[in-house]
Amino acid sequence: MTTGDALLRAAAIEESKAAKYAQRKIINRIALALALAAMSFGLFWLFWILIETARLGLEGLTIATLTQMTPPPNDEGGLANAIYGSFLMVMLATCVGAPIGMMAGIYLAEFDTEGWLAHTTRFVNDILLSAPSIVIGLFVYAVLVSTFKTFSGWAGIMALALIVIPVVIRTTENMLQLIPSGLREAALGAPKWKVIMSITLKAARAGVVTGVLLAVARIAGETAPLLFTALNNQFWTSSLSEPMASLPVTIFKFAMSPYENWQKLAWAGVFLITLAVLALNILARIITRVR
Amino acid sequence: MKEVYGGLVMIYGTLFTSFIALLIAVPVSFGIALFLTELSPAWLKRPLGTAIELLAAVPSIVYGMWGLLVFSPVLSTYVQQPLQKAFGDVPYLGALFSGPPVGIGILSAGIILAIMIIPFIASVMRDVFEVTPPLLKESAYALGATTWEVVSRVVLPYTKAGVIGGIMLGLGRAIGETMAVTFVIGNFNQLDSISLFQAANSITSALANEFAEAGPGLHQAALMYLGLVLFFITFVVLSLSKVLLAQLKKNEGART
Repeated sequence: MTTGDALLRAAAIEESKAAKYAQRKIINRIALALALAAMSFGLFWLFWILIETARLGLEGLTIATLTQMTPPPNDEGGLANAIYGSFLMVMLATCVGAPIGMMAGIYLAEFDTEGWLAHTTRFVNDILLSAPSIVIGLFVYAVLVSTFKTFSGWAGIMALALIVIPVVIRTTENMLQLIPSGLREAALGAPKWKVIMSITLKAARAGVVTGVLLAVARIAGETAPLLFTALNNQFWTSSLSEPMASLPVTIFKFAMSPYENWQKLAWAGVFLITLAVLALNILARIITRVR
Repeated sequence: MKEVYGGLVMIYGTLFTSFIALLIAVPVSFGIALFLTELSPAWLKRPLGTAIELLAAVPSIVYGMWGLLVFSPVLSTYVQQPLQKAFGDVPYLGALFSGPPVGIGILSAGIILAIMIIPFIASVMRDVFEVTPPLLKESAYALGATTWEVVSRVVLPYTKAGVIGGIMLGLGRAIGETMAVTFVIGNFNQLDSISLFQAANSITSALANEFAEAGPGLHQAALMYLGLVLFFITFVVLSLSKVLLAQLKKNEGART
């Protein structure tokens, strides 16, 4: 082989290296550009939904929306009974579900962390956490509604509480696990319940509250489990053993209807719900950040 | 009235819409996770991550109403009609785009489901990408790998189980989603074409629409059974997702 050949070959290798390098760079650029595009794609939907909801919602929102009952088609009215029903059911469901969830979470984090019961509970809880909410509605229908032969506010509360429990269990457990075990061990001689009440739970307070807030945000917008438990009610009712109106179910009924005033009210309701849910979510994030 | 009920149409609708949703959501979520872990400047990570998570917080009824009254007319005019014009006469392919392009049906349900599950898949992917040991990534960078090469040849193989777990989680969500699908799928109990534009029905929307009005007896029992099928499918999918995610956690301890 002559020197000239060797030089030529070296140059060719250099060239193919440069080409390969350029190609890798281009592939990298394309991939990163696509990642940027994906990010914008996600944000695009969020903003489109929020802007449309705000625009159409504010258009339909009046004082009457908050003070009057749900109207018959093509009549004036508001959403007062639906808002009240939603508020009542969400509040009571939280009161039922949050303590149960917290106690189960405390059990998993403090008493039985590795036993078979803990593993099974965690597994089942994770399944429940993502189980279709309509299945929970079916379950409550079978247990409560078909037994007592009537749709009722109680059944709605029960269905919502069943959604609250897994969310609160998960966050309570996670938050308690974040507490360094040194804190627990430092409480020499204190009985376990006292350690939990005045040390770990206190230290994890913000996180636990966040979990409850997120659970409230989740059930505030739930429609499917209420469809055949609380059903709907066109009038104001405080009796929990009667069918009860709720904002999401009312929106569902009104939005699917051909009547213009119902659709307008539905947009107002969607706006109110979105506002409440996003506010709760952002509040929950702020609480954990301050800690 | 004949008392005969079948679940084929609903099961087909559920699986097909979820499949479309995954087809769109998986690459997009991967891109978002890639952006958030490797590309985004540190000060933007948190607000952008929060924004994507807020997409998951929006109640499904909002997606439903927006989908029916805002999105589907847009889809009909700007996507379905051009598609039908372009491919309507092509054999085989044309069948996918036949039917009335009214913006309601399998395709719009699939797209809305995709938007709804993107935040779930993206946040799992982001979380598992972040557990990749920096040592592995930096070694690859030190050898001269580009960002894309690091992600596709180091991060992705390392987090494979977690990524699939996240996708399964999204699939479970898509299958069980009720309200958004009920609004836009068209609630049509017949399966006469494989068209993407065809109005159809899913298990969840059939339950939402019919259950409260179903008379006691066979109709109600049939719907209840459909609910059982739904629960069974999601149970299997979610269990699989959980096992895969747990596997990643186990490996994490062994390899670092």
